[in-house]
Amino acid sequence: MLKIENLHASVDGKKILKGIDLTIKPGEVHAIMGPNGSGKSTLSNVIAGRDGYEVTAGSISFHGKDLLAMQPEERAWAGVFLAFQYPVEIPGVNNVYLLKAGVNARRRHLGLEELDAMEFMQLVREKARLVELDQAFLSRGVNEGFSGGEKKRNEIFQMAVLEPSLAILDETDSGLDIDALRVVAGGVNKLRSPERSIIMVTHYQRLLDYIEPDVVHVLADGKILKSGDRTLALELEKRGYDWVREEAAHA
Amino acid sequence: MSDNAQVEHLVDKKYEAGFVTDIESDTLPPGLNEDVIRHISAIKGEPDWLLDWRLAAFAHWKTMSEPHWAHVKYTPTDYQAISYYSAPKKREDGPQSLDEVDPKLLETYKKLGIPLHEQEFLAGVAVDAVFDSVSVATTFKGKLKDAGVIFCPISEAVQEHPELVKKYLGTVVPTGDNFFAALNSAVFTDGSFVYIPKGVRCPMELSTYFRINASNTGQFERTLIIADEGAYVSYLEGCTAPQRDENQLHAAVVELIAHDDAQIKYSTVQNWYPGDENGVGGIYNFVTKRGDCRGARSKISWTQVETGSAITWKYPSCVLRGDDSVGEFYSVALTKMHQQADTGTKMVHLGKNTRSTIVSKGISAGFGQQSYRGLVHIGKDATGARNHTQCDSLLIGSTCGAHTFPYVEVKNPTATMEHEATTSRIGEDQLFYCKSRGIAEEDAVNLIVNGFCKDVFNELPMEFAVEANRLMEVSLEGAVG
Repeated sequence: MLKIENLHASVDGKKILKGIDLTIKPGEVHAIMGPNGSGKSTLSNVIAGRDGYEVTAGSISFHGKDLLAMQPEERAWAGVFLAFQYPVEIPGVNNVYLLKAGVNARRRHLGLEELDAMEFMQLVREKARLVELDQAFLSRGVNEGFSGGEKKRNEIFQMAVLEPSLAILDETDSGLDIDALRVVAGGVNKLRSPERSIIMVTHYQRLLDYIEPDVVHVLADGKILKSGDRTLALELEKRGYDWVREEAAHA
Repeated sequence: MSDNAQVEHLVDKKYEAGFVTDIESDTLPPGLNEDVIRHISAIKGEPDWLLDWRLAAFAHWKTMSEPHWAHVKYTPTDYQAISYYSAPKKREDGPQSLDEVDPKLLETYKKLGIPLHEQEFLAGVAVDAVFDSVSVATTFKGKLKDAGVIFCPISEAVQEHPELVKKYLGTVVPTGDNFFAALNSAVFTDGSFVYIPKGVRCPMELSTYFRINASNTGQFERTLIIADEGAYVSYLEGCTAPQRDENQLHAAVVELIAHDDAQIKYSTVQNWYPGDENGVGGIYNFVTKRGDCRGARSKISWTQVETGSAITWKYPSCVLRGDDSVGEFYSVALTKMHQQADTGTKMVHLGKNTRSTIVSKGISAGFGQQSYRGLVHIGKDATGARNHTQCDSLLIGSTCGAHTFPYVEVKNPTATMEHEATTSRIGEDQLFYCKSRGIAEEDAVNLIVNGFCKDVFNELPMEFAVEANRLMEVSLEGAVG
């Protein structure tokens, strides 16, 4: 479904990604771990299409299409979703209104009829229940005055409504206490399906206790140095990242 | 250049040509002197007291000089080069049907959702009856008459209700108040007059739109609205569609008077020609609007959506004379391309326990320059006065500017003042967030801007609020990127 080949990317002329290869099949959950500054967030942003990230080599194919040639909104229509590490506030813009605009833009693009207000509210209520989001959040301004945990929960709620085929969770666990983490992870688990793939970017293996990955990758110095199963994360937790670097240097 | 600007550009060009080459016999030659004023007064068949009033204003005006304290730049106006009277244009001069109107203009009307017969009116099409007719107007007039409401052109009021006009005209904005008000007093040709009798709630929202003879009130419009004790009126001025006008200088005066327990709600949508993308042309909108809360517990509320004009210089104000009276000012102003706006309000607290609220939202894009200028004055007898001011600026792009000039004068120690101000840029972060949810850039900008304006749009009458949303969208087309 997603195939990244030899991806190189720079920010302000500085090389961050130095040849990423990554293949994700439908329904798989991949965890990408790594130290600060290793390029994890850059990878997320490049996939979602944020400005300011220059791809200097390589390709990303998504459902067989050239993702890099698409605008961010086109990627969203194609089924890419990014759960932000730091969701922004948009004062005065109703949370539900933003989502309705997004959902209907996608439906128009796909040649489907737009949902009317009633149908949409029904969908939204159902999804809010799924991720245990208080209905009161629906009518508030986008992330306006939300706590850190509420913002992250809102991201997962948006994911539930937009129903992407690829969700990238960019450090969704950061800043969450254990209860909030449990709720957010519970929401993500309910959204797992054979058609939906997930990339989890995280510092800590803690999140993986709640959302079990199929594959774990170690990203350091702009490259995937090592991939493995769930046990790799546990080993990283115990031994840190340096041994992976050393191993890679001697390989 | 955005569609909207193109449209307006074309409209303007067309009119320029027509105006310069085609001076009709019933247009006065350019220039301003006492004879011109006498002539205007004579054409209108005015009583002597009004002519004297005009002449006094003119004498005062001659001693004044154009003010230049506003944060705007423009080439000085040659007041002797303006023609101060032009008879209403004949219908046959305009396009004969919508087929003759520039399709781009029609496209803009369509985007704004303006009904067909109103499009004809706005585009200046020669139609016999603008509002589908005499019958609508008759029903409308009948209802108002039953309620005892007077709503007519001010020139008509001078003839029909001279005692009311004489009693109130110039009592809120005196003839010598400022340079432009003095000029307006000397040469105004028409405008609206509204009187709501004691205890009457006006049965409908009054709109310039429905005023017969509304077209061609000229560049010196004069409006006078009086709400007698316990009366209520909501008045709508302007419309969202780009309006044609050949006059560059607009110097209107609006006076509102609210007696005991009366309420006046005055809403404006202003979308005059803003000039082209190089900042050439466009209307200079130098307006004096003031409301006098003359009675106890009276309330005056100004709501404005300002998207047009090359230069706006406008401070709808409230004099809170009556005890417990309330003044409100809600404003959204958009400056794009090379538009400049210096706008805000004055809240003058004179009575006890008077309250005022100011909410100003400024949006700048392109090379737009915008200033909020507000005065809150608490007089020495205004015990327990309260003001809350909130002014927020939103910048789109990096070549525009926003400035805030709040003035506060407090002469009574019991006053409570609150002031909040923010300036933000539509962030790349916000745009990317919206896009990553599947919303294209232009829609995302509209979403963010409309969210920013929400507090003010909520104050607009329902149908205006919907139009205002669309207006912002159409106005912002091409403003980003």
